[in-house]
Amino acid sequence: MKINKLISTLAVFGLAFISNPVLAQSVDETVNQMFANATGWFVSFIFSPFPGTTFPWIVAWLVVAATVFTFYFAFIQFRAFPHSISLVKGDYSDPNDAGEVSHFQALATALSGTVGLGNIAGVAVAVGIGGPGATFWMILAGLMGMASKFTECTLGVKYRNEYDDGTVSGGPMYYLTKGFAERGLPGGRFLAILFSVFCILGAFGGGNMFQANQAHQQISGIVGGYPGWITGVIFAGVVFAVIVGGLKSIAKVTEKVVPFMGIMYVVAALIIILVNADKIGWAFGQIFAGAFTGLGVAGGMVGALIQGFKRAAFSNEAGVGSAAIAHSAVRTKEPITEGFVSLLEPFIDTVVICTMTALVIIITGQLTIDAATGNYITEGGRIVTATGASGVGLTSAAFESAFSWFPYVLAIAVVLFAFSTMISWSYYGLKAWTYLFGEGKSKEITFKVIFCIFVIIGAAANLGPVIDFSDAAIFAMAVVNIIGLYCLMPIVKRELNSYLDRVKSGEITKFK
Amino acid sequence: MSIKYVVACDGSPASHRALEFTIDHARRDGASVLIAHVLEWSPYSFLTPDELEERHKRRGEELARAKTALVDPLLASVSTDGVEVDSVIKYGHVAETLSAIASEAGAAQLFIGRTGESSLAVRVFGSVAGTLAQISPIPCTIVP
Repeated sequence: MKINKLISTLAVFGLAFISNPVLAQSVDETVNQMFANATGWFVSFIFSPFPGTTFPWIVAWLVVAATVFTFYFAFIQFRAFPHSISLVKGDYSDPNDAGEVSHFQALATALSGTVGLGNIAGVAVAVGIGGPGATFWMILAGLMGMASKFTECTLGVKYRNEYDDGTVSGGPMYYLTKGFAERGLPGGRFLAILFSVFCILGAFGGGNMFQANQAHQQISGIVGGYPGWITGVIFAGVVFAVIVGGLKSIAKVTEKVVPFMGIMYVVAALIIILVNADKIGWAFGQIFAGAFTGLGVAGGMVGALIQGFKRAAFSNEAGVGSAAIAHSAVRTKEPITEGFVSLLEPFIDTVVICTMTALVIIITGQLTIDAATGNYITEGGRIVTATGASGVGLTSAAFESAFSWFPYVLAIAVVLFAFSTMISWSYYGLKAWTYLFGEGKSKEITFKVIFCIFVIIGAAANLGPVIDFSDAAIFAMAVVNIIGLYCLMPIVKRELNSYLDRVKSGEITKFK
Repeated sequence: MSIKYVVACDGSPASHRALEFTIDHARRDGASVLIAHVLEWSPYSFLTPDELEERHKRRGEELARAKTALVDPLLASVSTDGVEVDSVIKYGHVAETLSAIASEAGAAQLFIGRTGESSLAVRVFGSVAGTLAQISPIPCTIVP
């Protein structure tokens, strides 16, 4: 009843604002200005470049970490790829454990939190600013990120908390605390607290506001422009009903529809790519040429690289620590197996789906080229697009050029993706929140209500400030998490070597 | 070696008939009976983060409920005099898991009741009894 009352109150406010467009518009502007002012310093710090360069230190931080893990674990993402597939198929699952969380389910849930607008809108932002070359760096970041994901998810399972009632809680907060204590290293608790703070900000930013913002852009592109906060209020109402009201049915439907939407998206992209098969060679040519020359984009090669790495990290969240929370519920006697499974996540998310989006945008000719120079035409740091669209609008326009009805499907997909990502991130944020403030109904409700308020702010604010804050918050999580991963990676290596030895000796065998 | 019969039970009137039929035969043949109840479960279904977190707890609750609300009352409702009866509850694809239970137990025969439904779903996907008739590793008796 309380929820119904709240929703009807919100609807009354909504109608009042709709009847007064000037007031409604000014609400958007005020929210936007306040938001930009409040978060500017944080964004500037996270994205500050190395002195004398334009290269943000945070991008280097992620790249170096992924490279270190790749070498430290001797290219585990390629060596263990077939074994990961076997684990997901359930070849190594004990039939007596049926009914517990399977590797497939942990992977699917983690993927539904990561596959989302980053793959649709984020990629469009990357190629819209960094050109086709950004795709190359995005794929590379995806491949390298597999090693980061492997490390964090192994630790997530190894150091999770298992409570007497059978529930589990895991994630960087727990491995930073317990792992550091086990190794006799100082500062674990401090890092865990810092991570939790950033995780809450990340949940409000990339896991919430960016989603609401892009969902609004997509819907208003179809039904016509209207103030963003209206979308925000509706979204907030539904999210509120699920996370506070316990309307699990909505979340369950979304969880089941989202994978099919994902498959449909990939199939549509594949059809467009195959119909334009003659341009695939050219498109890859543009990707490789752009990766090393920039093809006229702002910042040249470095500009393409920054965009590629930024959007890959934002999309697959490797090194960020969020996946470690989702993966930690799996039932396995070997934590390392969840590491193997999780390394498939950046592959599916970035190497497959993001590349599809990028190829469709490039192949359908959305980015305008100067015929005389062969370079892309830029304006205000962005490549001029055929329809003038950016973000999710650019992806929509690319698909629309092949299927006129696709924007409607994409709008539904975007809304569902946005919604499932929000539900996942509300959970990640809540885990960090309860780590900081302790378990308890009132504490949980407080977080959930704040989360819903940020939905409205995200939908009302402009893309610029929202995307900057979203990136900054997510990357801030990576700063703390990766410090922890460096300190704890010897533990992962020990687990890995022990497991591989036992597979080789036949102690660990397939059940089917 | 003693003979063992496995009977599939889901709490329906059909499974009740199958259980009575199996016990009669077991009494006559000097066999023991293993009541098998399978909770439909696919490791490839999709769960929300909350469901992941609580899955282990829920599994324990579901198993306990299946025992107290289904298997125990079923046992109490039939006369098992002179027949050794045991039960097992597992998760999985129902027909495949019943076959696996029968194989592991070294059973001589598998019994299952049939509801005789002819709904569209059964026509398209087949019934458990129909599937068992095709895949059971041991002789399978379908009790009408």
